[in-house]
Amino acid sequence: MLAKVPAKAAFFDVDGTLVRTNVVHVYAYYAMNRGSLRGIAGRTLSTALSAPLFGVMDMVNRKAFNEFFYRYYAGLSEDRLVTIAEDMFEDVLKPALFEQSQDLIDEARRSGCKVVLVTGALDFTMRPLARHLGCDDVIANKMQYVGGKATGKVIPPIIEGANKANAIRAYCEREGLALNKCHGYSDSASDYAMLAVVGRPTAVNPDLRLRSLARAYNWPILDLK
Amino acid sequence: MRPLKTLQKLYDEESQVVITEKGSPPRALFYGEGFLQEDLPVGTRVIFPRPPMAGVPNVKAAIRWAINHPEGMEPLHALLRPGMRLTCVIDDISVPLPPMVTPDVRQSILEVVLELCADSGVDDVHLVIANALHRRMTEGEMKRMVGEKIFDAYYPDRYYNHDAEDPDGITELERTSHGEVVAVNRRVAESDLIVYVNVNFVPMNGGHKSMGTGVTNYASLRHHHNPKTIRDSDSYMEPKASALYTKNSRIGTVIDQTLKVFHIETTLNNRMFGAPTDFLAKREEDYTEADRLKFQALRYTLSKLPRAAARKVLNAIPAPYDVTGVYAGATEPTHAKTLETSWKQYVVPVEGQSDIVIFPIPFISPYSVNSLLNPLLVQVMGLGYFYNLNRGVPLLKKGGVLILLHPAYDEFDPVQHPSYIEFFHRLLPETRDSMKLEHKYEKEFAENPSYVHLYRKGNAYHGVHPFYMWYWGENGRQQAGKVIVAGAENNHVPALMGMDRTDTLAEAIEEARGFMGRSATISLLRIAPTVMVDVK
Repeated sequence: MLAKVPAKAAFFDVDGTLVRTNVVHVYAYYAMNRGSLRGIAGRTLSTALSAPLFGVMDMVNRKAFNEFFYRYYAGLSEDRLVTIAEDMFEDVLKPALFEQSQDLIDEARRSGCKVVLVTGALDFTMRPLARHLGCDDVIANKMQYVGGKATGKVIPPIIEGANKANAIRAYCEREGLALNKCHGYSDSASDYAMLAVVGRPTAVNPDLRLRSLARAYNWPILDLK
Repeated sequence: MRPLKTLQKLYDEESQVVITEKGSPPRALFYGEGFLQEDLPVGTRVIFPRPPMAGVPNVKAAIRWAINHPEGMEPLHALLRPGMRLTCVIDDISVPLPPMVTPDVRQSILEVVLELCADSGVDDVHLVIANALHRRMTEGEMKRMVGEKIFDAYYPDRYYNHDAEDPDGITELERTSHGEVVAVNRRVAESDLIVYVNVNFVPMNGGHKSMGTGVTNYASLRHHHNPKTIRDSDSYMEPKASALYTKNSRIGTVIDQTLKVFHIETTLNNRMFGAPTDFLAKREEDYTEADRLKFQALRYTLSKLPRAAARKVLNAIPAPYDVTGVYAGATEPTHAKTLETSWKQYVVPVEGQSDIVIFPIPFISPYSVNSLLNPLLVQVMGLGYFYNLNRGVPLLKKGGVLILLHPAYDEFDPVQHPSYIEFFHRLLPETRDSMKLEHKYEKEFAENPSYVHLYRKGNAYHGVHPFYMWYWGENGRQQAGKVIVAGAENNHVPALMGMDRTDTLAEAIEEARGFMGRSATISLLRIAPTVMVDVK
């Protein structure tokens, strides 16, 4: 009897890997679409003023940055966040997609992989993108809501760093996938754990640290355009 | 300096085989991006390439004559109809080695064919590079191959690399009588006429292999690019002894029955080195004082340069090959003519096999143009190509010792050979058994989306390509009792490939004699240029 070929998946980080943007661009869109002039001005101004801080925090610790950053969503209504996500995708994410992202996703699917986005972004912002790319699943952060309003806190565990690896492992167990046959794609050394946990890691448009890690571990390097 | 009359008695000027005597000069031997100068033991048989045959006096005239007097087909002009769809399929940069002085013969052929097409009202013309699962050629390489005028007129919309992984770009024809998949590039399959533009660098190129391999996909290639086919081939340079050629012929026959293919095949002479390195093609006995000085200067300079710089220097010297023949028409009769000329240039008859055979490995291979010779490519050059440069009987006796001369550095080009890195470092430590590798890992590598992407969008060899390189060495591995890499700069590279290492060639010969006995016979294939042995 032929041995059953184990099922596998390709896990893709999003920001910097499939799209040029990051969570700040997405939030900026929400800030700019606050609904009232005062709201727009207040949120846009505070986002702009915080930009240097975001930059430093992102460089030092991506997880801490995300936790800190999502506080800016506090007070926004759930309905509004979900509704605007579609427009945000068309205006922000879609134009920022690398031209070859779809090819890479298609190639993963042709090789028999389930396609899963694994991202520190918020789930409602990723759903239109996942639908557009033809992804099977999204592992992303979930905002906590109280009375229909975002609290600015993310339901733990926050999907970032080592937790991405844990989430992938749990997903594989749940879905009956062979982790050592799975592919992982990311642009950042902060996703080292996610790349190390799968059997077939690939660095995509890697930062300097990840590029040198990929060279050291003989991981393929893709330069998506 | 040795007196000239002493040198003269040591060899027959007409013969390409020299038996080393006490006063024989040291040999100038390729050693990766450098050279070694080695004295060989007395009695060592040194087999030299034949001197270059005379080229045709006028290449374009020879092309015109060939397409007007084809083998087994109507002349090309009679096959052209206004408004028809025509595709020229062109051999890729893997041949010739090193790339030839411009104009490349492919440019000359295309200039003649495209002019004829234009005169005949054939405007729907595409130029497709038959790169199969090789890397895509870069824009610069594509321009160099066909010349600026054709490049500007056709690139990128009508002059491009074949894409074996394009889901919409492949058409499957009917299967062979043995059930083998026959898949062809869609544009090629949908053409009214295909003109195959070939450069026949070694006898395994051309014929049915051109279409059967050049513009197909993994599903079709796996029927013959596998360890069993290689084991069943006594030599893949001799069609009669090659299961690889037999399988390609079955696939090619289906293609010929379904599509109209007009082959234009060309043969080149052995003029691989022009000034200032033309002395490399000479026998050391024929070196002048100037040649010796030039060799010493080159050897010294290359030894002092960083390896990448030495590679750059060597790659910058194109080969001044002359075209020795142009043949056109149907696949088999055309290729038969090509092979005749090819053998005339390359084949050297030798008496009997040897217990110990030495292959100096140069800096270049078909799969490392503008890149580097990684360990798997060193392996394929020695156990694959050089081992198979025979007409059915290998130079090495079964159980004999093969000595490869190369530094065997642990370096890979992540741009051109990404999947080689994983193959070498992840798979070879587990097993060197080709059958096991094929069964357990080939498909995984072939379908790895990262490697597929790098093949399609970058300039990388297909994910499955390192497997083919390993299979290519299968006969050498099966035949040799021991393989020694002389001059290997580390232990682990030869060890991972199941080979021994020594610091010097002299030590390797000593070890080989220890294995085969003191009276073991030794042969050195003084390659490059290309030489093929006909063992009697």
